[in-house]
Amino acid sequence: MSDVVERTLSALPGLLGQQDPGAGPGGGPGRVSATSRLGGLIRSITALSSKHEEEKLIQQEQTNLKATVSAPTTTLRLMKECMVRLIYCEMLGYESSFGYIHAIKLAQQGNLLEKRVGYLAVSLFLHENHELLLLLVNTVVKDLQSTNLVEVCMALTVVSQIFPREMIPAVLPLIEDKLQHSKEIIRRKAVQALYKFYLIAPNQVQHIHDKFRKALCDRDVGVMAASLHIYLPMIKKNACGYKDLTESFVSILKQIVGGKLPIDFNYHSVPAPWLQIQLLRILGLLGKDDPRTSELMYDVLDESLRRAEINHNITYGLKALTYVIQQDPNLALQHQMTIIECLDHPDPIIKRETLELLYRITNGQNVTVIVQKMLDYLRQSKEEYTIINLTGKIAELVEKYAPDNEWFIQTMNAVFSVGGDVMHPDIPNNFLRLLAEGFDDEKEDEELRLYAVQSYLSLLEEEDTFYPQKFLQVMSWVLGEYSYLINDGDPEVIITRLHRLLKQTFVTSETKAWIMTAITKMSSRMSCSKTVDKLIQEFSTSLDTCMRQYAFELKHLCENKELMKNLFPLDASCDEIMVDASLSFLDGFVAEGLSCGAAPYKPHHQRQEEKLSQEKALNFEPYGLSFTSSMSSSGFTGRQSPAGLSLGSDMSGNSAEIGQKETNCLKLDGVRKLWGKEGYLPKKENKTGKEDKTQPVPQDSILMAHVVDPPLMQSEQQVVSLSEEEKEKQQLASTLFVGLGSNSTISLMGRADIITQKLKKKSKISETQNSEEASSFQNIAALPFSPLPDITPNNKENFQGSEHLGLRKVSLSSSEVLEASVSFDTSQSVTEAGLDEQLSNCRLSTSSLFADSNIEVFQPPQNIPDIVANKAPLSLCLPEELAGHPHSEIVKLCSSDILTVYWCKVWTDDCSLLVLFVANNSTSPLKTVNLVFESAEHFKIFESLSCHFPVIEAQSMESCQKCVQLEKVCTEGILSGSISYHLDTDTHLEFSLTFSLSDFIRPMKMTTEDFGRLWLSFSNDVKQNLKMSPSQGSLSIALNALKQKLKLHIVEIIGNEGIAACRLLPSVPCLLHCRTHARTLALWFRSSCSALPDSLLYQCQKVMEES
Amino acid sequence: MIKAILIFNNHGKPRLSKFYQRYVRGRASLYCCNCIHSGLIGGSDNKLIYRHYATLYFVFCVDSSESELGILDLIQVFVETLDKCFENVCELDLIFHVDKVHNILAEMVMGGMVLETNMNEIVTQIDAQNKLEKSEVSHICHWYQCALIVL
Repeated sequence: MSDVVERTLSALPGLLGQQDPGAGPGGGPGRVSATSRLGGLIRSITALSSKHEEEKLIQQEQTNLKATVSAPTTTLRLMKECMVRLIYCEMLGYESSFGYIHAIKLAQQGNLLEKRVGYLAVSLFLHENHELLLLLVNTVVKDLQSTNLVEVCMALTVVSQIFPREMIPAVLPLIEDKLQHSKEIIRRKAVQALYKFYLIAPNQVQHIHDKFRKALCDRDVGVMAASLHIYLPMIKKNACGYKDLTESFVSILKQIVGGKLPIDFNYHSVPAPWLQIQLLRILGLLGKDDPRTSELMYDVLDESLRRAEINHNITYGLKALTYVIQQDPNLALQHQMTIIECLDHPDPIIKRETLELLYRITNGQNVTVIVQKMLDYLRQSKEEYTIINLTGKIAELVEKYAPDNEWFIQTMNAVFSVGGDVMHPDIPNNFLRLLAEGFDDEKEDEELRLYAVQSYLSLLEEEDTFYPQKFLQVMSWVLGEYSYLINDGDPEVIITRLHRLLKQTFVTSETKAWIMTAITKMSSRMSCSKTVDKLIQEFSTSLDTCMRQYAFELKHLCENKELMKNLFPLDASCDEIMVDASLSFLDGFVAEGLSCGAAPYKPHHQRQEEKLSQEKALNFEPYGLSFTSSMSSSGFTGRQSPAGLSLGSDMSGNSAEIGQKETNCLKLDGVRKLWGKEGYLPKKENKTGKEDKTQPVPQDSILMAHVVDPPLMQSEQQVVSLSEEEKEKQQLASTLFVGLGSNSTISLMGRADIITQKLKKKSKISETQNSEEASSFQNIAALPFSPLPDITPNNKENFQGSEHLGLRKVSLSSSEVLEASVSFDTSQSVTEAGLDEQLSNCRLSTSSLFADSNIEVFQPPQNIPDIVANKAPLSLCLPEELAGHPHSEIVKLCSSDILTVYWCKVWTDDCSLLVLFVANNSTSPLKTVNLVFESAEHFKIFESLSCHFPVIEAQSMESCQKCVQLEKVCTEGILSGSISYHLDTDTHLEFSLTFSLSDFIRPMKMTTEDFGRLWLSFSNDVKQNLKMSPSQGSLSIALNALKQKLKLHIVEIIGNEGIAACRLLPSVPCLLHCRTHARTLALWFRSSCSALPDSLLYQCQKVMEES
Repeated sequence: MIKAILIFNNHGKPRLSKFYQRYVRGRASLYCCNCIHSGLIGGSDNKLIYRHYATLYFVFCVDSSESELGILDLIQVFVETLDKCFENVCELDLIFHVDKVHNILAEMVMGGMVLETNMNEIVTQIDAQNKLEKSEVSHICHWYQCALIVL
C-alpha cells in the first residue's frame, strides 16, 4: 500500500493541473505549463538570427531534456511533454537518441493520452531496423489485446508504420482476428497492417488471402478501399490469379460511379476519386492483353468517363482516357469535343494531359495538327522538364510520321530552337543520322538535304539572332556536309556566315569546333577563299588553343589541296573508315630509330614504375589517371601484327574528334546556366522561336480529313446548327482524330508496331549496324590484341563448336535440331552426349510416325486431329536417360488443329528439366517451328530461351528439353512463351506453365553432427506454428508428408522433435527443425539465403493443408 | 506509396515531418526544403508534390505509383480536415499541436498508403479518440482524488 501512496503523491502535482485537460490550448493550468515550455522553446528559436545560435540553443535544450527524462522522479505527464519537445528537436534535424528508450517506455506505461504521444514519438524516432524496436513488441501485443478501441488503433497504426520483420509471427494471429472486429476502423487498420506485412514479408500472409477477399466485400467502404491497396501489388505480380475478381472490381466501380456511396465520399462532387483511380489501375492490370476480361469492363469504363465529363473534372477523365486509349482507340472518338475544349483550358496541367492524350492517338494523317499544338504549348512553357519531355515526343512523332521533307525540316528547326540546349542529346544525333543515312531513294535524300541546307542558310542570314548551341551544331554539320548540293549558291557566302558565327560571344567553344570543322570541309571543295585565309590568320593568334590548332590544321591542309580532297570526300559520312590501330605504317620509322640507337619504347605505366622505384617518393598522381593511361598504352603495345580495324562511325572527316566532343557535351548539359552575358537566355529563345514559326498546314489536313474519314463526316452532318467557334472546333476535331475510326488498322497499343516508311528505314539502319558490329567483332576476335584477351579463344571455340553442330545436323539430316541447341556452347563431351540424345529421339520420332501413319490408313482425314490428340500421349515417352528420373505427368500445354505441345517436368539430381513435345497433327510437314520463352523474373532457362525446329514431318513429333533454374527465390512463378509455325500462314500459339519452389528443392544428405554445425552457421531463420489436423497425428507422419512433397531429407527423429535438410538447386542448403506439441507443429527454418526459409515455410503450410 | 510528408513555412522552417520510409536521418527535412526552394526536384523514383497555403507548404514525397492529381487533392483534404479540427487552422496550430496533427495524419495516411479520404469520417474518429482519452483521464483524476481523500 505504501508503494501506491508514494506513487500517488509523486504524481499529484501533475494531476492537479490536469483536471480539465480538454479545455483546448491554454485552457487548464496544466495546459499552460505544457504549451509554455514548448512555446518558450519555439519563441526563442524564432528570435534567433543565425543557425549557429539555434544549434547552441537546441543543445542546451537537449541537455535539459536529458536530465529531465532520466530523472527517476519525472512523472509520465512531464515525460509526455518532454517527448513533444524532443519531437520538435528531431524535426529540426537534431538527433536526440537519448530519448528513444523513454518514448518506448511512455508507450508502455502511460495512460491513453501519454501512450499516444509515446507511440507517436516511437514512430517518428525509430526506423524498421532499429534495435530498440524489439522492446516495443510486447507493448504492441498487449495493446492489440486491449478492449479499448483507441489502444488497439494505436497499436495497429504503429504496426503498419514500423515493425520488425522477424517479429511478425508474434502479432499476426492477433491482427488476423481483428479482421472480424465489429468496428470498421479496426478492420480497416488491420487490413492496412496486413498490407504492410505483405510488403515486407509476402509469404507470411499468403495463407490469409481468403480473408482479403472478405475484406474486399466488406460492407464498410473504408475497409474495401484498404483492401484495394493489397490487391494492386498482388495483381501486378500475377494478374492471372485474380481474373475471377474482375467482376467484383467492376461492380464496385459501378457503384462508385453511380453515386451509391455515402455523400461524404464525394470530393468536389466527384464520387471517391481516389477509389476510382485505384480501381481503374487494377482493372487496367487485369484487362491487359486479355480481351475477354476487358470485355467486362468496357461499360463501366465508359460510364466513369462520362461521369468524369459531367462533373467537369476533366483531368481525371483525361488521365483515364489516356490509359483507356491504349486498349481501344475508338473511345477517343466519342470524346473528341471534350478533348478539343481541354486544349484551350487555362489550367496547364489539363493542357499537358491533353497533349499526352493526343500524342497517343497520333497517326500519319493528323500528325501535322497535333505537332503544331504541341509546339504551341512548348513555346509557352518555361519549365525544363516539360521542354525535355515534349521535345522528345515531338521528335519521335516527326520522325515517324512526317508527311514531307519541308515540314520535317521546319518542325525540327522549331524543336531545336525552342528545345534548345535542355533537350535530350539523342534528338539532334538521331536527326543527323537520319539525314546522313537517308532513305532508300537517293533522289529524295538529296531533296531533303538540300532543303535542310537552304533553310539553315536563310536562318543564318539574319544577324545577331540567338540560336541554342545544339541547333548551331546541327546547322554547321549539315552545312559542312551538304552545302555542295546548292548549285547556284556561292560557298563563299556560307563560309562568311559561319565565320560571323565564330565571332559571336554566345557561341561556346564546343560549337566553335563544330563550325570550324564545317568550314574545313567546305574549303576542301573550293580552290581558294579569301574568307578562309582571313579566318586562318585571325585564329592563328587566338588565345583559345583548340581554335588555334584548328586554324593551323586548316592552314596546312589548304596548302595541299589533293590531300584535303582525299580527307574529305563528298557525302561519305556513312562510309566505314579503316583505322590502323596498331600504327603499322610507323614500323619503318621505328626500326630506323632503333637502328640509330634510340631506346625502345616503354609503356607509360612501366616508365612510371621505374621512376617510382628510383625515387621512392610519394605518387601524387591520382590512381585513376595512371590506370587509364596504362590501359591505353597496353592496347598499343602488341603491334607486331598489324591488321585493319573497321569502325562504324556516324561522323565524317575528323570523326573521332567530334565524337569525343560530343561525349563531353553530354556531361556538361546538366550545368548549363540560365543566365548568359546577354541576360536571361530562355526568353531570347522564345523570341527566336516565334520568328521561325513553322508554317501551319491545317487547310490541307482538313481537306485530307474530309476525304479520308467518312464516319466523321456523318457526325458533322448530325450537328445542325453550329456557331462559328463551334465549327472551328469541329474542324480541329476532324483533323485531330482523323484516321482513328473503326476502319483504321493502326494499333495504338504498341506504338512501335506501326510500320511507316520512316520506321522501315530505321530498322534497316539498325540491321546494317548489327552486321557492322558483327563483322567488327569477328575482326577483333581475329586480332591477337583485344580488350579482353582471355575471352577471345573461348569465343573462337564456340564459333567452331556451332559450326560443327551445324555440320552434324546436316549429315544426320534428321528433323531433330533441338538437342544441338541444348548442347551448344557446352563442353565437348556434352555435345557427344547430345548426339546420343539425337539418335534416341530420332528413334522416338520414327516410331510415333509409324503409329500415326497406321491410323491414317483407316481413318477419314478430317478426324485425324482428334485421334492424334488422344493417341499422342500414349506414344509420348521421355528420352531413355531421363526416364529413370522422377517426372511429372505429361500433359497438354497448348494446341491448335495442326500442332499440339505437351510438357512435363523432370527432376534430376542437379537440375530441373522442362521437356516439351511438339506434335504435328497435320498431314503435311511443318516448316520453321519456333518455340520461344519469355525471359521470366524468377527463372533462368539454359542454354537459350528458344528452340527451333526447321521442319517437323507430318504426323510426327519432336521434343526439346530445357534446364530451368530458379534465379530469385519465390514460391511460385509463371514461365510463359509462345510457339510459332508456318503452314500457309504464320501462326502463333501462346502458353504458360507454372514452376513452384518445390521443383527446385532436392534432399540434402547429412549427419546429425553436420546438421548441428550448419545450423549454428546460418543466420536467416523463420519460425512458425502450424495447426495439425487429427489425421496428421504424429510427427513422423507429418515429416513424411513433407519429405514426399518437398523432397526433404530427414536427418533424424527423436521423440517429438525432428530435423530435416534440403537444398535449393544448385546448392543452397536449408535446414528444418520441427517439433510437435499439442496439435501444433512448430517449424523452424534456417538457411544461408534470406528469402528461402520464408518461401519454404509457405510450401510447408500448403503441404500441411493439403494432406 | 507515399514516402514522406513535410510541412514547412515560407521561410523554410519545418513544421511537420513524417517519413514512411527510412531516410538518412538528421537534416533530411531541411534538405528537402532546400531542394524545393532551389527548384531541384527529382531523384530516383521520387516525386515531390506540393501545395502552398498562406504561409505553409505541404509537400508530399511519393513514388511513381501514385497519381499526382490524386495527391494534390489529398493535400486539399488534409488541409480541410485540419481546418475542421482546429477551426481556422493557422501555422501556430501546427506548431503547438504537432501531436494532434500527427494523429490526424495517421487517420488519413497509414504506413505510406492512403487510409481514409472521407473528411467527416476522419473528424469523427479524431473526436471519438479525444473523447475516450478525456474520459479516461478524468476517470483517473477522479480515482486519484478519492485516494487523496482516503489519505
